[in-house]
Amino acid sequence: MKKKLSFLERAAAVPHMVWAVMFIVAPLLIVAFFAFTDTKGGFTLSNIQSLFSYSHIFLVSICFSLVATFFCLLIGYPLAYTMSRAKPSTQKLLMVLLMLPMWISLLIRTYSLMTLLDNGGLVNSLLQAIGLEPVAMVGTGGAVILGMIYDFLPYMVLPIYTSMQKMDNRYLEAAADLGCNSFQTMFRVVLPLTTPGILSGITMVFVPSISTFYISQKLGGGNFDLIGDTIERQFKYPSTYHVGAAISLVMMILILISVAVMNRFSDEEGEIVV
Amino acid sequence: MKILSRVYMWVVFALLYAPILVLVIFSFNDGGSLSAYTGFSFRWYGELFRDSVALQSLKNSLMLAISAGLIATVIGTFAALGLDRMRNRYLKGAVNSVTNIPMMNPDIVTGVSMMLLFVAVGGVLGLQDILGRWTMLIAHTTFGLPYVILSVLPRFRQFDPSLREAAMDLGCTPAQSFFKVELPQILPGVISGFIMSFTMSLDDFVISHFVSSPDFQTLPLYIYNQTAHNVKYSMYALCTLIIVTILILLLAVNFAGGVGDRTKRRKEAVK
Repeated sequence: MKKKLSFLERAAAVPHMVWAVMFIVAPLLIVAFFAFTDTKGGFTLSNIQSLFSYSHIFLVSICFSLVATFFCLLIGYPLAYTMSRAKPSTQKLLMVLLMLPMWISLLIRTYSLMTLLDNGGLVNSLLQAIGLEPVAMVGTGGAVILGMIYDFLPYMVLPIYTSMQKMDNRYLEAAADLGCNSFQTMFRVVLPLTTPGILSGITMVFVPSISTFYISQKLGGGNFDLIGDTIERQFKYPSTYHVGAAISLVMMILILISVAVMNRFSDEEGEIVV
Repeated sequence: MKILSRVYMWVVFALLYAPILVLVIFSFNDGGSLSAYTGFSFRWYGELFRDSVALQSLKNSLMLAISAGLIATVIGTFAALGLDRMRNRYLKGAVNSVTNIPMMNPDIVTGVSMMLLFVAVGGVLGLQDILGRWTMLIAHTTFGLPYVILSVLPRFRQFDPSLREAAMDLGCTPAQSFFKVELPQILPGVISGFIMSFTMSLDDFVISHFVSSPDFQTLPLYIYNQTAHNVKYSMYALCTLIIVTILILLLAVNFAGGVGDRTKRRKEAVK
């Protein structure tokens, strides 16, 4: 039996829908509009065509983000596993320890890492103190990737940890009973069961990595232009808004496609863990 | 093996915290250096509190986060109510996916898309300097909304509909039954939704970078401008204060979250 809905229940979502159309849908349509028009408002494909001159920036960004995502997974997966095996009371503390960096502004974390790696920073002072030559780290590609790993590692650990917590311990016991050694249990039971967490973590690290501009500005010392830097620069002056819109549009489509592909591979309940 | 994994875990956490700890320690450094500690002092804290631009940005940030958080919480809570009752599956799916766009999209795309909208609207209305506090309020409300809906919607799903029917049978109007019976039950979700949107607003730099103007600076924008040039050491003091505030908030939220977990577990036990 269907109960009649009250006016309140029927109208409740309307303000949100209006808001979403005005401030989520409309802005994206305007980006598309800018991407296909010139400064006079006429239709043009030249913005899209000019993207080919940015292809190596796209390539560098994708490579950097992939490497950073890979290392986050490599470091984060064992970390999440160890966390999920700890005592419940310890787990609570570990959660706070993991969440705290996520809530501290990315600017502060990146900046603190930069001061540590800087030429006059603590790491180089320590190197000199033990009689080694100082190393110029800021301004290298390695520093940019390290920054991405450092900034986004918690975003990899959290969803994996959540999916490990959901995992039924009896699966592990069953695997052991059926004669799996710990490696077999890991690769044939734990890994498949935590795949949704892994995919969610990959998305949560890859997307901010590929679109960052602060990390590359600070730790790259201006030597590395990533997609984020390029977009940011285009939006400083109105004359280049159109090219900027075209780059944003392409990046958005690339990311939405990869997120959609990821969601395909994860199970139906693959929810976004915030 | 077990000890090895423990050691590994604490090493990773130590590395994660090392830069932040160094920052905190050197905020109390008397001399203006990042590698040599010359003595304990509150000097940079004093300087920070005499910096009127920093204080104004803090005030802007708080005002913005509270107002954007409140607006997002009100719109989002009603949206969750509407979505919970919505029977048209396609409309529901469409609303859900549109709502999630700002969460899936990189911040920079959300930022530039809103900036283009505001600039275009400003062009039509003849407002050259449309970017500022009002565009910031709109943008921050918009990216806060999905977090509110995400935290309120599950509460509506858990709510027992027979309670609503009982309230109506006992003579409540639909509005009364919502405000008197349902709202108290979903309140934890509403509060955590507000806290989420509040902190997202406080923390946001990328979107603000595009939709604000130099005459409306928030704390992250101020930090960005400071770190663009030679840094004043009062920055470290500011960062330390922010980190301590977040730690306190996080412990408080974690405690509140623990209470929520317990009630959830109790409910599951009853089932």
